[in-house]
Amino acid sequence: MEARENLLVVDRLKTQFFTYGGVVEALDEVSFEIEKGEIFGLVGESGCGKSVTATSILGLVAKPGRVISGRILLDGENLLEKNDHEMNDVRGSRIAMIFQDPTSSLNPLFRIGRQVAEPYVYHQHRPKRQALKDATEILTKTGFPDADEKARNYPHELSGGLRQRAMIAMSLTCEPELLIADEPTTNLDVTIGRQILDLVKDLQREFGASVLWITHDMAVVAQMCDHVGVMYAGSIVEKTDVRTLFRNAKHPYTERLLRAIPSAVKSTDKLEEIPGSVPRLINPPTGCRFHPRCDYVMAVCSSVKPAEQEIEPGHWVACHRFAGEGEAT
Amino acid sequence: MRIPGATLFSSRYRLLQKRLHPITKEWGLTFYVLRHSKLAVIGALIAFAFILIALFGSLIAPYDPISANIQYRFQPPSASHPLGTDTMGRDVMSRMLAGAQHSIKAGLIVLAIAVPLGVLLGGIAGLYGGWVDEVIMRITDMFLAFPSLVLAMAFSAALGPSLFNAMIALSIVWWPMYARLVRGQALAVRETSYVEAARSRGASSLHIMFKHILPNCLSPILVTLTLDMGWVITAAASLSFLGFGAQPPIPEWGRMVSDGRIYMLRAWWMSVFPGLGIVLVVLGFNLLGDGIRDSLDPKLRRLTEVTWKREKTSSSSTD
Amino acid sequence: MTTALFECRNLTKFFPIKNLFRETGRVHAVEDVNLTIPEGGTVGLVGESGCGKTTLARTLLLLIEPTSGQVIFRGEDMVSRSKRQLRQFRRETAIVFQDPYSSLDPRMLIADVVGEPLVIHKVAFGEDRDNVVLSLLKRVGLDADHMYRYPHEFSGGQRQRLAIARALAADPKFILLDEATSALDVSVQAKILNMLSQLKADLRLTYMFISHDLSVVRHLSDHIGVMYLGRMVEYGTREQVFDTPTHPYTRGLLAAAPSLDPNDRDRPREVVLQGEVPSAVEPPSGCRFHPRCPDRKPGCDNVRPELVDIGDGHLVACIPG
Repeated sequence: MEARENLLVVDRLKTQFFTYGGVVEALDEVSFEIEKGEIFGLVGESGCGKSVTATSILGLVAKPGRVISGRILLDGENLLEKNDHEMNDVRGSRIAMIFQDPTSSLNPLFRIGRQVAEPYVYHQHRPKRQALKDATEILTKTGFPDADEKARNYPHELSGGLRQRAMIAMSLTCEPELLIADEPTTNLDVTIGRQILDLVKDLQREFGASVLWITHDMAVVAQMCDHVGVMYAGSIVEKTDVRTLFRNAKHPYTERLLRAIPSAVKSTDKLEEIPGSVPRLINPPTGCRFHPRCDYVMAVCSSVKPAEQEIEPGHWVACHRFAGEGEAT
Repeated sequence: MRIPGATLFSSRYRLLQKRLHPITKEWGLTFYVLRHSKLAVIGALIAFAFILIALFGSLIAPYDPISANIQYRFQPPSASHPLGTDTMGRDVMSRMLAGAQHSIKAGLIVLAIAVPLGVLLGGIAGLYGGWVDEVIMRITDMFLAFPSLVLAMAFSAALGPSLFNAMIALSIVWWPMYARLVRGQALAVRETSYVEAARSRGASSLHIMFKHILPNCLSPILVTLTLDMGWVITAAASLSFLGFGAQPPIPEWGRMVSDGRIYMLRAWWMSVFPGLGIVLVVLGFNLLGDGIRDSLDPKLRRLTEVTWKREKTSSSSTD
Repeated sequence: MTTALFECRNLTKFFPIKNLFRETGRVHAVEDVNLTIPEGGTVGLVGESGCGKTTLARTLLLLIEPTSGQVIFRGEDMVSRSKRQLRQFRRETAIVFQDPYSSLDPRMLIADVVGEPLVIHKVAFGEDRDNVVLSLLKRVGLDADHMYRYPHEFSGGQRQRLAIARALAADPKFILLDEATSALDVSVQAKILNMLSQLKADLRLTYMFISHDLSVVRHLSDHIGVMYLGRMVEYGTREQVFDTPTHPYTRGLLAAAPSLDPNDRDRPREVVLQGEVPSAVEPPSGCRFHPRCPDRKPGCDNVRPELVDIGDGHLVACIPG
């Protein structure tokens, strides 16, 4: 491992949901690191476990789910060893989160200004009036026009883009070390979404926070992230810096996924199809979870889960094809 | 559900089987959920017992429910008369057994009139909207604005006191609830994508009504119907109690409660037992209705489906 | 090949906002749109929220009655025709919606869902109908096992296939795809898009594809219309619109969509569009885009730009541009 400073280290995180229909193995030993000041992208299709990763980090895994094993180190401290009370101090002040749907994450009964001021009052114990003033300031920073007026609005009176900005403002109030963004631009128009992307980039640079950016959109990853982890069915299958990923993806899933995107191919070409479909995570495929759909499947793939191999510096792939080419973790 | 002896492999037969299979599977799940709710089972047993009594009560009644036997009047509950006798010496239990049929008849007839009427009007209102909807709904509101029993009393008085007229009166009062129910569903279904898809291919309003709206209304209608049964019976009994419904000597339970009122201190069993009977029946239908509502609830079904499947596979593997 | 299957002229749709019985305002959903859909072509419609593309699509199919204008199908105006006269029109047009979870009646068996158009148009009944449904299912990559089941047993991608199978019933000529792949994962979307292309070639269909996803529209369409606040601001072939976008909004839209090349983040960018889409109730005067337009000139706020042919059928509605 290079001697770069990691803010967040997720080490073999295993989360499962104990439902009526069986045990859903949502995360199967997920490991990745986020450096201080970088934007790390977690990308994958629906059901791959990217949102569960975020809730696991925050200690907010919905029942009947539970983190089974692993470590989550925030600046060296293992978050999984903290109790709920201690995690309450972490959430909102050291780690903040913005969600896909700002409408359901903002309380319709309270004015925006008050909601943005809440973290100041709760975590930093600022007096209310001061907190409201500071809230207006940070709203302006996120590009909220006429913040002192608009702060008196209720969420439903604002557009989707403004709500998302309010959410971002709220998350940045306590200058968190880590910002988790779970598909914040998916529900927004392209032009508004682009403004949000640029905004997060600027603010991240200014505040020096690290960002865990969760998305299904490879193009957003290409423009936003420094390092990327590609997830499939609860595991990270490939992990590297963004340019290498797009130039030289090695995992069969990543390769195929990139060729299935319309903008990646000429308009006259057929899009790449991955045979089969995403597996259920109750009784997932044995060994490598992608093996039933993989072109290069070998005998070992159905019995042994591939470990991550560093096939070139900083480029990790979990695939038996590359076993022995690098050092296993 | 295997059609027994289906060795006729005509394709039409097989087609029918294929189509029925998923439907029967759905019903199978419904009954499975129902079976496993204690309260629903109790409710079902009560309701079933009541129906049996209504059908066969007169046949198994030990004494004649109508003719008087003055020397045995005001007998308290005893071995020979488990529920006592009334002011004319008639056995209360026999009267109740014979009278159950009137209550259930009332329930069935009222609902048989009110439900189709309400569903139709509500469906038309919801589907067509506009002024049709307004007119129908305002009429519905008018009926709902009156306390239902008072309105029924008024109709009963106008038509003349008899059980039959009471049933007519109740039907008039009962349909608005179904109209509201179905209208709400119709409005919701009307806005769905699948109805829009059907319309985009030229489906007529009639087609939408019978193929999409009504099938999607069945569950709530069924639940309300079951719950209502108990309440209609109570309402009919109430009207009889007040003198508007069943006239003597018909042993309708509400009437019996009324007849025994003045003798409460002297012969409490005359009113109390029929009253308890009504309470029990209403309770039974309420429990059953709640049970049906739960068994049709999609979330609960999904959860229960897992155990149901497990039981089925384990029982078939032990065959 | 260049006969217009479908056409709309000066199509306008206002939604009145009523306060009891008086009209206090209007939502200018679609205003004065002209569109020609050639037979065998695929026309893509892009725009952001409030642009009117959904309303335009529904008005085109006469699911919503236009306020004014003509809708011409096979050379005949369809507006204000009776239901019976529209029967053939309804048979030849079909729609596929965005949400696979609400576009199939949950209480109907698949065989009935897909076979519904056959029943409506009295094409086939009973067993015959089921046979036709089976052949439709096969076309979309499903099979007989799926016929007698309920929709909730299927995944999103499969449901979309079922919706497409239903759209293909009764042999339509035109299919409107309203964000048909927007709710699907990338890999599932790829299969559906490939299938749609294949079906179009096999069955000689005409498509209109509405989407907010520019890359999908570009992949599927041969002609593209860009809408903003109810008006068509640019129209042309795929190459014309994507390679030489002319209207400032089109350019802003294309610049805003993130590209798949990580190296693009270092390159100097087109100006990013600021501000929000204004309300459709009180749209800006003159050119609707002028408040956000980086190329705004004096006069843009009081003259309404018409669509002008800047060469080879490439239409742009912009005065300076």
